[in-house]
Amino acid sequence: MSDTLATEQVSADVPEYPMEREARCPFAPPLPMLEMGEAKPLSRVRIWNGTTPWLITGHEVARALFSDSRVSVDDRRDGFPHWNEHMLSTVNKRPRSVFTSDAEEHTRFRRMLSKPFTFKRVEALRTAIQQVTDECIDEILGGPQPADIVAKLALPVPTKVISEMLGVPYEDHEFFQHHANVGLARYASAEEGQKGAMSLHKYLINLVEKKIEDPSEDAVSDLAERVTAGEISVKEAAQLGTGLLIAGHETTANMIGIGVLALLESPEQAALLRDSEDPKFIANAAEELMRYLSIIQNGQRRVAIDDIEIGGETIRAGEGIIIDLAPANWDAAAYPEPDRLDFTRDAGQQLGFGYGRHQCVGQQLARAELQIVFHTLLRRIPTLRLAIPFDEVPFKHDRLAYGVYELPVAW
Amino acid sequence: MAGTRHGAAVKVSVDQDKCVSSGMCVMNAGDVFDQRDDDGVVQLLVDEPGPDQAEETRKAAAACPALAIHIEE
Repeated sequence: MSDTLATEQVSADVPEYPMEREARCPFAPPLPMLEMGEAKPLSRVRIWNGTTPWLITGHEVARALFSDSRVSVDDRRDGFPHWNEHMLSTVNKRPRSVFTSDAEEHTRFRRMLSKPFTFKRVEALRTAIQQVTDECIDEILGGPQPADIVAKLALPVPTKVISEMLGVPYEDHEFFQHHANVGLARYASAEEGQKGAMSLHKYLINLVEKKIEDPSEDAVSDLAERVTAGEISVKEAAQLGTGLLIAGHETTANMIGIGVLALLESPEQAALLRDSEDPKFIANAAEELMRYLSIIQNGQRRVAIDDIEIGGETIRAGEGIIIDLAPANWDAAAYPEPDRLDFTRDAGQQLGFGYGRHQCVGQQLARAELQIVFHTLLRRIPTLRLAIPFDEVPFKHDRLAYGVYELPVAW
Repeated sequence: MAGTRHGAAVKVSVDQDKCVSSGMCVMNAGDVFDQRDDDGVVQLLVDEPGPDQAEETRKAAAACPALAIHIEE
């Protein structure tokens, strides 16, 4: 370290990031982060490589920075606050993707992915999502108790839906679920991360090549068509497809698993949702669960490419920015009594999908899945209860996406 | 929010270059906005929504992650 003594003194009391949630309040953002947010909407934290980027905890500042063109996602830039050693060590090997490109390059990638996820296309999928959900619940009701909500409902629903959309054979789900899981380890070493990422990448390259030869009506065939047209390389297509596959099942699955737990812990809110016939109320309940749980942990990573004055501070060009969704979604200025799950509040501006040009590509699909799964489960198994003591529920403190590893329930 | 704004008609414009196809506009105001079939880019169906559509149009503009919807009151 070549830090001067002065810098060392200033940074001595800078808190370490990421922070973990408390075992005694597992739905809440990490408590020190909430305290930081009460003092200021942004402050410095220290990350794994010793650097001290800005952590954004305020809702308004988060929204402003997410949509500020002086804020870049290009992880090759100096000062970019990488997640971990694996991400830094592969920065020049990974093809550019929708996650790591700015401006026009990003728009080009994004539009290649957007076709299956428009609001109306997703609306047209609702019947199919309902059917997959009902089949999973039939199986739960016909099987032994306790049943694991994660294995029986939370994982299979989004996995079946995204497999169908992408044209990925569902028979391969154990393979890609496993590798997605390895790839999402929060503190991945370079070696572990590389192994998971490479296997999935190879799998997608094979699939893209298959779809070039033999296209059908699915999203990987759309990407394959772009390869044939010379717009992108096979590697780029595979990178984009991998992103859709992982983001398309892992995140929604985590949200369903921990969302069901939150519903079981808030029976009066669960009753409101169960008894509602109003699509707007049901939709807002899913937004409120997203706000309350903010499962994407580890922060959205950015770097400033110009000086930015915001929230009484100056973020200098070249300084890292970490926007953590959880404290921003629990900012009392935006959501009074943020620690209450309350389906009657307007949760429309929740940041669970992020905001700005990089906001989740699959958000409309996720919304439809969450709305259908929570409402259907509460209605079909009204006596659903947790089959283990609450403090024995295994939480995913060590993954990039928070959730529960398993959720044994009875009825 | 001033009570007088409710019930007034609004003028809308969209910036297709900025649009990132989130679908938030159609979700909030499906009679005013649509998305292009191929890439989900915003299409304006009504550029002067009537008083009954003004509130949902404002919601759509506020929800747009790309700030691609401009409203003139």
